[in-house]
Amino acid sequence: MKLNIVVLAKQVPDTHNITAQAMKEDGTVNRAALPAIFNPEDLNALEMALTVKEEYGAAITVITMGPPRASQMLREALYRGADRTILLTDRAFAGSDTLATSHTLGLAIRKIGKVDIVICGRQAIDGDTAQIGPEVAEKIGYNQITYVEQIQKIEKNSITLFRNLGRTSETIRTKLPVLITVTGTANRPRSFGAKYMMRFKKARTWLEVADEIRNATGGTTYAEDYVQDQINRKCADMKKRGLLIETWSSAELKVDASSVGFAGSPTKVKKIESIVLTAREIKTVPPTDEGIKSLIKELIEEKTFV
Amino acid sequence: MSDKPSGKSSVCVYIESQHGGVAQVSLELICRAREMAEKLGVSATAVAIGTGLKKFSPSIFSYGCDTYFTVEDKRLDSYETIPFSRALAAVFRKIQPQIALFGATPIGRDIAPRVAGILKVGLTADCTDLAIGDYEDPKTKKTYRDILYQIRPAFGGNIIATIVSPEHRPQMATVREGVMKLGVPDKSRKGSVVPFAFKFAASDFANQIIKRAVSQREVDLTAAHVIVSGGAGVGSRENFKLIWDLARAIGGAVAGSRAAVDNGFIEPEHQVGQTGTTVRPKLYIACGISGAIQHRAGMEYSSKIIAINTDPDAPIFRIAHYGIVGDLNVVIPKMIKAYKSKG
Repeated sequence: MKLNIVVLAKQVPDTHNITAQAMKEDGTVNRAALPAIFNPEDLNALEMALTVKEEYGAAITVITMGPPRASQMLREALYRGADRTILLTDRAFAGSDTLATSHTLGLAIRKIGKVDIVICGRQAIDGDTAQIGPEVAEKIGYNQITYVEQIQKIEKNSITLFRNLGRTSETIRTKLPVLITVTGTANRPRSFGAKYMMRFKKARTWLEVADEIRNATGGTTYAEDYVQDQINRKCADMKKRGLLIETWSSAELKVDASSVGFAGSPTKVKKIESIVLTAREIKTVPPTDEGIKSLIKELIEEKTFV
Repeated sequence: MSDKPSGKSSVCVYIESQHGGVAQVSLELICRAREMAEKLGVSATAVAIGTGLKKFSPSIFSYGCDTYFTVEDKRLDSYETIPFSRALAAVFRKIQPQIALFGATPIGRDIAPRVAGILKVGLTADCTDLAIGDYEDPKTKKTYRDILYQIRPAFGGNIIATIVSPEHRPQMATVREGVMKLGVPDKSRKGSVVPFAFKFAASDFANQIIKRAVSQREVDLTAAHVIVSGGAGVGSRENFKLIWDLARAIGGAVAGSRAAVDNGFIEPEHQVGQTGTTVRPKLYIACGISGAIQHRAGMEYSSKIIAINTDPDAPIFRIAHYGIVGDLNVVIPKMIKAYKSKG
């Protein structure tokens, strides 16, 4: 059995570790100053895919939608053992909400062809919506199982999963294909493998190859068609060696412009407010016997404890 | 309210059943839906999917629902995404609510995006506030009247975003548990139950539940009137005994900040904050908690907040009603003593 697995991943600003450098003077967060990281629960998703690959044999494709620099995250996926990586990048995708994003991701999964299992992190730490998984599942017509902690068994056309819904937990057997979302408690993502790092440290996107060749050929010294030819040759060679991070734009995906970006997003951001603390009127209580006695007395009189 | 039976343009709540009853968040949302429906001059409706749903109607009506739509089938005994979401989307297509609200529970956050995907409408996750107001599109300058403002923290809680879906109906949102106030039920309120027939396909039921385990809820912070909560400043798991002692003395529940949980002072089910439980008790005593945004998001609506911290500049003092700048190791025993002598 060789399974085809797609892992959906996102590069996110590290909102959980906001340092003083990332704070502006007015007390709000400077998002540009936050480091870009592999969304934590997407690493749990990749780890789950890698475990399946080890046990049953699978080809893992990692897809991300984002700006060109998200290629770094895809290299990291290769360093952990992913087989193929695809960057969905296009200005037309900018401003997509979850519905528009799931439209693009769904088209990419369909373009790949036969996919048995799609695995996503439950949610991304920049938006915390947890909506992409279910919306992609609907888009591609797959069943969905959310909050998965473990894949227990895969048989021909069926999969047994353990999911954690807080107070309730379930062991479910369902049919393939399926989309699952994975929680941070599912596993401990592995770090980079030395042999994968050696093999993929030169993995590049078309755009990165082009930049490197243009830098090396020094601006206007060479004719443009020569430079283009060099880029194409290099990319063809890298593709043969499995080192090309594929880049799909709206043209490759045959995206209808009205379904992506701002135009394809039903939700609009009306207002963003940075959190600024406003002080309440506060009663200061001295940490003395008398101070605390009178506080407790006041609370009892106001029937706070009843 | 001439369109009352049809539910057209209503404010609609998805009723989630939990352990044989109605999830509390669904009732909280009915209360909020009632308020918005009055403001908009429409009815408040509810939809439930499952088995034995009629028994929920007295409580659903008492909190302010006018029309309660039910989809029943013996195969709907436990939640499963495909049949539930297909049936719910069909009800929405039929009754055309202008607003549809879901609790931001694991199930609510599973079904709502699936339904949004089917209907191709917008959805805002995990809202902490809702309001009705006008929206002017900055590009087209078109004004939309009486739009749902879907207000939620984003970016790790560092910003509050107001989201709208001006062109699509229903405007859908999941709402965090505990942030909408549960009103006083009016037992005399009446409403109508409208069964909705939906034809399921055999292939809709793809899941086979091999095992389901429901753990006893040992920690129910949302129901507690008084909460004593400890943070990094408590220092150790051993010293957390002080928090337990105070809670026991005054009859409160014990909670902790993320720092306290991460440091192993207390178990994760006690965590209050953005990644834990949202609480709004009558009294919240924050001991050795600095008051990071993620923590404040989970407790700032408590009726009374007492903060005990050695650092007078700790952000917790900015939302506290009573501030005690001092060492909790000294202050807490004094509080226990003072309470016991008064009681």
